[in-house]
Amino acid sequence: MTQTLTRPETPVSPPPPAPPRRKKHRDPSRFFRLHLPLAFYLLFTLIPFYWMLVFALRPAGETALVPWPITFEHFDTVWNGIGFGLFFQNSLIIGVGTLVVVTVFALMGGYALARFKFRGQRVFLLALLCTQFIPGAMMLIPLFVIFKSAGLLNSLTGLIIADTAFQLPLALILMSGFVRNVPVELEEAAMVDGCSRLRAFFAVTLPQLRPALVAVGSFAFIGAWNNFLFALMFASKQDKFTLPVGLSYALGEFNTDFGALAAGGVVAAVPVVLVFAVVQRFLVQGLSAGAVKG
Amino acid sequence: MRTRTWAPYALIAPTLLLMAVFLVYPIASVGWFSLRQHTVTQPWKNGFIGFENFRRMLFEDQLFWQSLAFSAKWVVVEVGLQLVLGLVLALIVNETFVGRALARSLVFSPWAVSGVLTTGIWILLYNPSTGIFQQLAQWGIGDPGTSVLGDPATVFPATVVTELWRGVPFFAILLLADLQTIPNDLYEAASVDGAGRWRRFISVTLPHLRDAIVLSTLLRAVWEFNNVDLIYTLTGGGPANQTTTLPLYVARKAVDSHDFGYGSALTMAGFVILLFFSILYLRLSKFGSRA
Repeated sequence: MTQTLTRPETPVSPPPPAPPRRKKHRDPSRFFRLHLPLAFYLLFTLIPFYWMLVFALRPAGETALVPWPITFEHFDTVWNGIGFGLFFQNSLIIGVGTLVVVTVFALMGGYALARFKFRGQRVFLLALLCTQFIPGAMMLIPLFVIFKSAGLLNSLTGLIIADTAFQLPLALILMSGFVRNVPVELEEAAMVDGCSRLRAFFAVTLPQLRPALVAVGSFAFIGAWNNFLFALMFASKQDKFTLPVGLSYALGEFNTDFGALAAGGVVAAVPVVLVFAVVQRFLVQGLSAGAVKG
Repeated sequence: MRTRTWAPYALIAPTLLLMAVFLVYPIASVGWFSLRQHTVTQPWKNGFIGFENFRRMLFEDQLFWQSLAFSAKWVVVEVGLQLVLGLVLALIVNETFVGRALARSLVFSPWAVSGVLTTGIWILLYNPSTGIFQQLAQWGIGDPGTSVLGDPATVFPATVVTELWRGVPFFAILLLADLQTIPNDLYEAASVDGAGRWRRFISVTLPHLRDAIVLSTLLRAVWEFNNVDLIYTLTGGGPANQTTTLPLYVARKAVDSHDFGYGSALTMAGFVILLFFSILYLRLSKFGSRA
């Protein structure tokens, strides 16, 4: 008996404070300031997508709002007939190429900005910011001249280079914010343990940057996939068309064939919308963590 | 880690090279071209003509002033509406509710859609025979056969709504990211002081978002000023040049008539206006002065 009495009393942890019961679900104002506007905005966002999907899956000439049975004839027309299969391939090459180059260069430059102090750093940062004010559309004329003399017209490589040049500055600024958020002490500890800076980077910092790589890479991909003017201006041969250029011709030529236009639109939309749905979370987190504030 | 090594320079070298070749050099060459007569289709006429392009632009070109006026109207309307709607949307999806992650993915998704594709989608929606207005007319709302893009009275609002569809998510994403950095105790302190929802929004949320709003409106204004894809494909600047913006005018000079000299002069005008506007805006808004 004494044994049990002298035994040090295990402190009974107090019961966790009951979570404050928020009556938010019974708050009637929530319906008017949250659910109703959200419902309206969802309709505004989704009806256009739905309209495209209906046209793409509905046999020509019908007007049913819910098409059944569905048809894939329009996809066959655009993919095999008009050549969207090839355009898709071109867009994919440009998108992935730009993704790789932008991500690697942004990682290098972002690391330099975040981890070193060097002469000209402020000027470099200012120059990066200034590029955001340079309009791609207004650069068409001199870029065309450069591309022509460099033999980069009608080449997918040329488009990758142009897309990279215009996306790299912002990607680099974003990336430097992400690198800055990785504690430098981890890297320094690894270097004290005998790692070279390069090995410390690959072993310690790079794994932490995975979300950053996903975010920056996806945005480079989406930007390149969607670029229209460069592709229109620098790749005028049909075998080098990208999806936006193909679509723009479909807008003109097949003005009455809405089914084909819609199917082409679905082909162009699906990859980027899927990629974006996955990465938007990383983007909000990344921007939130201070990446925008540089 | 202050170092005097070559490492940082090596790391930024590729970026510097690309910027020099594809951004700095083109700007310089636009300046040079703007002083020349340079038409690809009539190379024998090419040569230095001083400020002749600018004289023509300022004093003889009706379309320059008209496109500039439309650009200003376009930017103000688009950025204003996108900011207000984007802020509302950000506040909504910042609340906690069931299905929030899905709702965010859905309402943000048009941001990933290209201008050309946006045009394609909205042409399907707007078309007079099988579009949304025809559907509504069948239900007794409005008139059948309404062609919003062909009617000078409705082409502007129709274009604005189309661009809003794609542009509002930009503001919503940026502002949502900034909303999430507001410490919760600020709101709690305000509540303790008896501030209602609206009062908390005015005295806590808005001041905190200030820099984000200034930066995003500026970036967006520049972006919308330069936005060509959507208008080029949706209205082509019509009807009767009613929706021609300055960059669209430049693009048409470059793509259609290959008049590089005059197009460059128009580009320079756009640069100067954007630069002036940006500096003025940052000054007036006292950007970055928040304690």
